[in-house]
Amino acid sequence: MYTQALNANPDAGDRTLEDAALVARFQERIDDEDRIEPNDWMPAAYRKTLTRQISQHAHSEIIGMLPEGNWITRAPSLRRKAALLAKVQDECGHGLYLYAAAETLGTSREELVDQLLSGKAKYSSIFNYPTLTWADIGAIGWLVDGAAIMNQIPLCRCSYGPYARAMIRVCKEESFHQRQGYEIMISLSKGSAEQKQMAQDALNRWWWPCLMMFGPPDAASMHSDQSTKWKIKRFSNDELRQKFVDATVPQAQYLGLTLPDADLKLNEETGHWDYGTINWDEFKQVIAGNGPCNRDRMSARRQAHEDGAWVREAALAFAEKRRVQAEAA
Amino acid sequence: MAGQTIPLWEVFIRSRNGLSHKHVGSLHAPDATLALQSARDLYTRRGEGLSIWVVPSNAITASDPSEKGMMFEPTASKIYRHPTFYEVPDEVGHM
Ligand SMILES: [Fe+2]
Ligand SMILES: [Fe+2]
Repeated sequence: MYTQALNANPDAGDRTLEDAALVARFQERIDDEDRIEPNDWMPAAYRKTLTRQISQHAHSEIIGMLPEGNWITRAPSLRRKAALLAKVQDECGHGLYLYAAAETLGTSREELVDQLLSGKAKYSSIFNYPTLTWADIGAIGWLVDGAAIMNQIPLCRCSYGPYARAMIRVCKEESFHQRQGYEIMISLSKGSAEQKQMAQDALNRWWWPCLMMFGPPDAASMHSDQSTKWKIKRFSNDELRQKFVDATVPQAQYLGLTLPDADLKLNEETGHWDYGTINWDEFKQVIAGNGPCNRDRMSARRQAHEDGAWVREAALAFAEKRRVQAEAA
Repeated sequence: MAGQTIPLWEVFIRSRNGLSHKHVGSLHAPDATLALQSARDLYTRRGEGLSIWVVPSNAITASDPSEKGMMFEPTASKIYRHPTFYEVPDEVGHM
């Protein structure tokens, strides 16, 4: 997902040094559905795992503004433009709520941003795909935000208080994102043959990358177990992916569009939609930095950061001047 | 100037329903004016409130979580502080 479990296991070594009684007491609190707060004792590996996950999530929200921002000036109507602008602004807000939550674990904002810009930190693979037509804005809202909602709702009950609270705010705002996207898809699907084709083309390109958003299959996922024990994660990657497929199939049918998967069929026994094989090599390539837009995204982000440097410096200098003046008065 | 960090602020909002200001989150801003403006953009995009307070995070003194027991447990035994502790005969009616 926005937090695709991209990095290796937390160091097992972290745990051996810790007081067994404290660790046991901590796990007890988790098992009792207690929320862990910033100043509470926590295992180093819990802190590390959460810092990584929350900051990856924040980076994803921030980078996620780029593909959609690409279409703000070219939206087909003022209504669509206002909605898209508001949506992209929300994503920025999500990034900021999440950075604030990550910082409560003891890493500064500057360090977190630096990890993104230096390429040390990852962000969701999905934002490394291009938005080629207006229909992509529909597909992103419908599918990417739809997948994000599937993943984020259980995170509202995450054991770490600040993360859970940030996710509650985020979830309240996501529903509009998905609906505005689906509405774009409806308009295109009911439009001219050319417009419907545009919607189908966007769906064809976004479907598989969206399934990859949920992260590696359970069998290959490295640290789900510990995250589940800590109640950071409440459903497995495959469970969430299946929920997403089941929810999306009827929505695509309503649009009269075809999901680009010849193996997709309802399993009468399980009641779920079985889907074809995901191209995990593509996923690995995108995560490794070789997706269609990785370089673009990073250079746009770095450029924005550098271009804003003088503003940050000026604002701090002004605040300092005011402080000195107030002291002298 | 590089390396200088932008201060952290806690944001409190009073919603339109008349309840008191409530903590909603935090943000970074160089000064109070910019903190208020950012708080407006970040935490009130959908009519969440009618009043904002911003407080420098380092101005907050918090209770120590390790003293939670000492701080809060004594109240648990003082059940006579609750109305349900007292008996009012049925004949008296609602009180
Ligand atoms: Fe978001
Ligand atoms: Fe969103």
